[in-house]
Amino acid sequence: MQGGILLSRLDRAGLAFGAVALGLAILIPVLNLAVPADSAFHVPPHVVALMGKYLCYALLALSVDLVWGYCGILSLGHGAFFALGGYAMGMYLMRQIGPRGMYGHPTLPDFMVFLNWPELPWYWLGFDHFWFAVLMVLLVPGLLAGLLGWLAFRSRVTGVYLSIITQAMTFALLLAFFRNDMGFGGNNGLTDFKDILGASIQADGTRSALFAASAIALALGFILCRWIVRSKLGRVLVAIRDAESRTRFLGYRVEQYKLLVFVTSACMAGVAGALYVPQVGIINPGEFSPANSIEAVIWVAVGGRGTLIGSIIGAVLVNFGKTLLTNALPEIWLFALGGLFIAVTLFLPRGIVGLWTGYWTKRREKQASSITTQPVTEGQ
Amino acid sequence: MSKPDPQHTQLYLDGVSVSFDGFRALNNLSLIIMPGEMRAIIGPNGAGKTTMMDVITGKTKPDKGTILFDGDTDLTEMDEAGIATLGIGRKFQKPTVFESHTVWDNIDLALAGKRGPLATLFHRDGADDDRILSILDIIRLSARRHVLAGSLSHGQKQWLEIGMLLAQEPKLLLVDEPVAGMTDAETAETARLLREIAQTRSVVVVEHDMTFVRDLDVKVTVLHEGSVLSDGSLDHVSADPRVIEVYLGR
Repeated sequence: MQGGILLSRLDRAGLAFGAVALGLAILIPVLNLAVPADSAFHVPPHVVALMGKYLCYALLALSVDLVWGYCGILSLGHGAFFALGGYAMGMYLMRQIGPRGMYGHPTLPDFMVFLNWPELPWYWLGFDHFWFAVLMVLLVPGLLAGLLGWLAFRSRVTGVYLSIITQAMTFALLLAFFRNDMGFGGNNGLTDFKDILGASIQADGTRSALFAASAIALALGFILCRWIVRSKLGRVLVAIRDAESRTRFLGYRVEQYKLLVFVTSACMAGVAGALYVPQVGIINPGEFSPANSIEAVIWVAVGGRGTLIGSIIGAVLVNFGKTLLTNALPEIWLFALGGLFIAVTLFLPRGIVGLWTGYWTKRREKQASSITTQPVTEGQ
Repeated sequence: MSKPDPQHTQLYLDGVSVSFDGFRALNNLSLIIMPGEMRAIIGPNGAGKTTMMDVITGKTKPDKGTILFDGDTDLTEMDEAGIATLGIGRKFQKPTVFESHTVWDNIDLALAGKRGPLATLFHRDGADDDRILSILDIIRLSARRHVLAGSLSHGQKQWLEIGMLLAQEPKLLLVDEPVAGMTDAETAETARLLREIAQTRSVVVVEHDMTFVRDLDVKVTVLHEGSVLSDGSLDHVSADPRVIEVYLGR
């Protein structure tokens, strides 16, 4: 029964995207590992890592689109869920270093030895197990989103006020994680990772596997979102976005719906962060910076809000532009980003995907009207 | 007036008062609607008609007073969603339909049924097609079912909203100015629709349009400064000197 529901909602778009992501998950590792380095088709390892990073950003953007595009919750703090997922993975990776740290302590990470900590704090226990870290990647962002959402949605905090609260949340976490006595490596964060699941994190094979994992996670995230937004629940979400109080008078408990998507979205952002950290090799409090969360919103706006696929396109394109521009003219990146946001808001309110679908509907209408112009002269 | 027994009533308001910053929007308002009754509420601007709708549907909490549904359910303790699921539907003055959904989806969202997030997540599409089709027939929008609600005309939006109320299968329907901005033909059609609806449930209509109220041909209650000024047939209340004074000014 349930399987039937799952399959019936998997339309062409969902399947097509799943297929493309799976294709990438196989193709890129093959081009990296099996094609000789002097071939034109060889993908160098740093490009694999870079593309893996884009895919993590795309998953973050997807999670933002689910709450913003479909339920009207403009979260300016999704970077916090991303960073928390990243820290959970970073803690696992730190524990994998074992006695190979600079100070050679059997269990304590270097920064704790440096700060003269006698033993691991309680909240680091369990992170030597991969399954525990994965659980925390989902649980910590999910619980934080659940708590914040429960308080905010119950008291009917909406619009700009909610955005400000989410922004304040990520800023508060930024300040907290900067503190050395929090036990998360302070300013420097967590880095110098060695292994993940027993494989060297620097090895080409591991990088390719991480890329493939990111592509698969993105595909699963896309299918999950697609499944949600095409269900009746998805239609209730859009109803809430467009006319919240009307939806209430129809008997829907708006706060429950918002809470459900907000928590789902936060868990997705957490997974994105967890896949991001081993590929970039570091997680520090900078990931909590409010600017990161705002950037994620811009990716979604550029690609096209409320389209899912648009958020992925936006995240990849903007980050590709960022890579090019920060190499060529690093000082103008922020201006370019700001300019882009203004330009998209003014000229492309529905983003790249909106432009595309708008073009096709217009074309189809033109064709339809050119067919029917002759017979329809009476009426109207 | 002796206090009637709330038992067997559909809606029972007794001594309801609401103030906003010292302004008394409702002042000791008492009103009874029987099951299957249709009632028209009229009154000048600021008489408290919309506030009355707000306190019944849970949007505004009354400062004091009793509001009972079905004779025993206390509405003052409940939120909007809870009251809506009890069986009270509300139509707003300005037509509010979900503009980026199709006509079909608007009705589908309003259909009586489970309202929890998980129930809707695992809801099977196609299970309610017959009910949706029959409602679309009643409101005469079957032909436009795949059109986005945002592109309907004003009158069609009003009907769609009435259709959404029907889909909710409420026991009591609150309708705020259903014919505002409608053409004469649309107004007549709406009166027909409301009378049809009122055969199986209680309906409270707030309206300014006197020809429309006459078309409905039901008991009329006149509100003024937050309480009942007069009630009876339209001819009876229009002959009441206090009503004339309020409407024509002092």
